[in-house]
Amino acid sequence: MYQVVLVRYGEIALKGQNRRLFEQALIANIRRGLEGLAPRQIRRVAGRVLVPLAGDWEEVEKRLAAVCGIVSFSPARVVPSEPEAIERAGLEEMAAVMAPGATFKVEARRADKTFPLTSPELSRRVGAFVLRRLPELRVDVHHPTHRLMIEVRPEGSYVYTRVCSGTGGLPVGVSGRGILLLSGGIDSPVAGYFAARRGVALLPLHFYSFPFTSERSKEKVIDLCRILARYAGEIDLYIAHFTRVQQAIVEQCPEELRITVMRRMMMRVATRLAEAVGALAIFTGESLGQVASQTMESLAVIGAVTDKPILRPLIGLDKAEIVEYARRIETYPISIRPYEDCCTLFVPAHPATRPRREKVEAAEARLPVETLVGECMERLEMVRVPPRWY
Amino acid sequence: MVCSRFVYLDNSATTPVRPEVVAAMEQALRETFGNPSARHHLGLAAEKALQEAREQVAGVLGVAPEEIIFTSGGTEANNLALKGLARALRRRGRHLITTMVEHPSVLNTCRQLEEEGFAVTYLPVDASGCLDAARVAAALRPDTVLVSIMHVNNEVGAVQPIEAVGRLLAARPEKVYFHVDAVQSFARLPLKPGAWHLDLVSISAHKIHGPKGVGALYVRRGTRLAPLMGGGDQEGGLRPGTENVPGIVGFGTAASLAAGDAAAGERMAALRRRLWEGISRAVPEVRYNGPPPERAAPHILNVSFEVQAEVLLHALEAVGIYVSSGAACHSRRPEPSHVLAAMGLKGSALAGAIRFSLSPLTTAEDIDYTVAKLGELVPQLRRYQGRRRTTRGK
Repeated sequence: MYQVVLVRYGEIALKGQNRRLFEQALIANIRRGLEGLAPRQIRRVAGRVLVPLAGDWEEVEKRLAAVCGIVSFSPARVVPSEPEAIERAGLEEMAAVMAPGATFKVEARRADKTFPLTSPELSRRVGAFVLRRLPELRVDVHHPTHRLMIEVRPEGSYVYTRVCSGTGGLPVGVSGRGILLLSGGIDSPVAGYFAARRGVALLPLHFYSFPFTSERSKEKVIDLCRILARYAGEIDLYIAHFTRVQQAIVEQCPEELRITVMRRMMMRVATRLAEAVGALAIFTGESLGQVASQTMESLAVIGAVTDKPILRPLIGLDKAEIVEYARRIETYPISIRPYEDCCTLFVPAHPATRPRREKVEAAEARLPVETLVGECMERLEMVRVPPRWY
Repeated sequence: MVCSRFVYLDNSATTPVRPEVVAAMEQALRETFGNPSARHHLGLAAEKALQEAREQVAGVLGVAPEEIIFTSGGTEANNLALKGLARALRRRGRHLITTMVEHPSVLNTCRQLEEEGFAVTYLPVDASGCLDAARVAAALRPDTVLVSIMHVNNEVGAVQPIEAVGRLLAARPEKVYFHVDAVQSFARLPLKPGAWHLDLVSISAHKIHGPKGVGALYVRRGTRLAPLMGGGDQEGGLRPGTENVPGIVGFGTAASLAAGDAAAGERMAALRRRLWEGISRAVPEVRYNGPPPERAAPHILNVSFEVQAEVLLHALEAVGIYVSSGAACHSRRPEPSHVLAAMGLKGSALAGAIRFSLSPLTTAEDIDYTVAKLGELVPQLRRYQGRRRTTRGK
C-alpha cells in the first residue's frame, strides 16, 4: 500500500528568491485542498513536497489533481534505503499494477551517494528480483508499459510507477486577489479557473436581478463556485442586486446601447468592489467577437470606466474550446442549467456592435450612475462557498 | 424573501399540510410504528390505523374500502392503472385511448406501453381544453381494452366529460375498462366511481392538504391488474412493500377533513370568478386560457399576461404571492406546456401563461390582494421587456 505522495512543482522552483514564499503557498494550498480528510504532516524535502497517506489515496489523488502549482505527483512506497527492502517494494509495486501483456523497466536514481550500489546496479538487481517472481512480466527498455521508479535518499527510498498530472500553474494567492465577473454561463467559470491557475485568489461577483432572474439562478452561481473552489480554495462570492440598475437603463438609454451601458455599470461596481477588498484586476469570460459586447470597440468602451486592468483569459479561444475546458473542470453541467435566461429579456434585437464612446457617454448622461453604483455596493451580499468534491 | 403577506395560489402543484394531518402523522410515527403484517399487537394497531384511513378515503369516493390500493402517489397510481391493466389484458386487446392533455405520468406511461407493443390513440381537445365525449366513441376499436382520461386538467382546469364517457363505455357489449386520473378533482369536485362506471381512479394526498409520497388507486372489485413490483402480499398483492403507515394515516385524515367541508367547492368557484373578474378589470390585454364556466373546475384559473410568465411569477413571489407558470421561460430549451400547445396557444400567450390554483383555505382577501398586485406589476414588467413584448395574437 502507498504510504506517501511525492509532489513535484516545476515552475515554482524557477522563481529565484521568491521560491520560499511560493513553496509555503503551495503547502498551504495542499493543506487547504486536503481539508476534511484525516490530518497529516506535510513536509518539504529537496525540491519535493511529501504528503503522507492514511489509506486514502483515491481521495487524495482527486484533491491533489486540483491544487494549482502542482506539476505532477506520484503515490509511492517508502522503505529504508537497503537493497533488500527496495527489491521487495519493487516487487509489491509491480504485482499491484501488473496487467496481462505488461512490460517494464526499472529506473533507479541514487541521490544518497553512501548507498552501496550505483543507480544502474540497483536497477539491474531490482529488475532481476522482480522478473524471477513475476514470470509473465517482460522487460522492455524502450517502450515499457510501466516504469518502476526508485529514488534512493538518505531518509529512505521511494518506489513508484504512477505519475499523475497536476493542474500546473502557480499556487493560489501568490499573484494577489482578482475580481471575477461570474454570470452563470459557460465562459466565466472557465475564466475563473484560468485565473486561479495563475495564482489569483478569486473573488467572484455575480449580478442578480430578481425577478428577471430567479433565486435558482443564484443557487446555480453558488454551485459553480463550489466547483471553482476545488482549484481556488474556499471562495467569497459577492452578489450585487442589479435590478434597479437594469430598470434605469431600460428607462433612460437607447435600446441598442443597453448592453454596453449595462456592462459599463458592472465594471463600475466591480471596480468599487476591487478597491474595497484590495483586488488588483478584473477577470471576465469574454472572448473576442463572440457577441456584440465582445468586439474590440465594445471592449474599449466598456473598459474605459475602470482603471483596473481587465484580464480576459479566454480572449483567444473558440466557443468549442471553452466548452471543452468547462467539461474538463466540471462546471459545464451546472452552466447549462436553464435558469439564467430571463436576463436575456434585456437584450435588444440589434445591439450596437461598434459603440462610440461619445454616444455611450451621452446615453449615460441621464443615468444617476454614482447613486446606482452606491446602492449596489450598499446591498452587496457575500456568501462563503467551500469546495464540493463529490 | 421577507414579505408580510403570504398568498398561496399554487395548490394544484401541492398544498400546505393541515395541522390536524401533521398531528395524526406525528402520532402514527411515534406510536403506531409497528409493521402492519406483524402478528403482535403493535402490528395489529398499525393495521387498524391503515384500515381507518382506507375507510376515510373510500368514504369520500363512496366505494368499498377494499377497493382502495395505497400507492406512493398519483404517478404510481397512474402507472399501476395503465400498465397493470394493459399487461393483464394483453391477450384480449392492445389498444388504449387517452387524450393529448394528460399528466406526464399518463402520457409517458402510454409511450412506454407503445414500446411494449400497445397502440395508443391520443385524442385532441378544443381551444378551451375540453374533450368531446363523441371523440372517444369514434376512437373505439374492437381491440380497445382501456380508456384513460383525466377528470380535471391540472393546467387549465377543464372538467372532462367523465360521466358521459363512462356511460358510453358501459353500454358497449365488450368490456372496455375506464381509468380516470382524478388527482386534481378528488375531494374538490363530485366524483362517483360507482354511478359513473369507472374502473380505476387515481388520487393523491398532497393535493388535498395531506403529505407527499402517498396516493391511491381505486380498483373496482373484479378488475384484474398485474402488479408493477414483485414482493409481499400487501395491498392485495398489487402494491407490495411495508405500508407507509404515517403517510396513509395523514391521507385518511386529509380526506375526512375535506369531506367535512361540503361548501368548499362553491366557495372556491366564487373566488375563482372574483379573481378572473378582478384581473380583467385591473389588467389590460390579458387572455383567459381555459374552459367555459360550466366546464371549469372551481379551483384552477389560467391567464396569459403578455409578460414572460417566469418573470411575473418571481415578481409576485417578491410580494408574497405564489403561482405557477404554464410554460417554462428559457430560450435555450423552450418547453411550452403540452396542454396549452394542444389548445392552440402560440407565441406570447404561450410564454406568458400563469396558473392560479385555489384551495378551500383561500380567502377573498387573498384574491383581492393578488388582483391589486397584478394591476401594479404587470404594466411595470411590460415596460422592461422591450422588444419581447409582442402584441396579442388575435
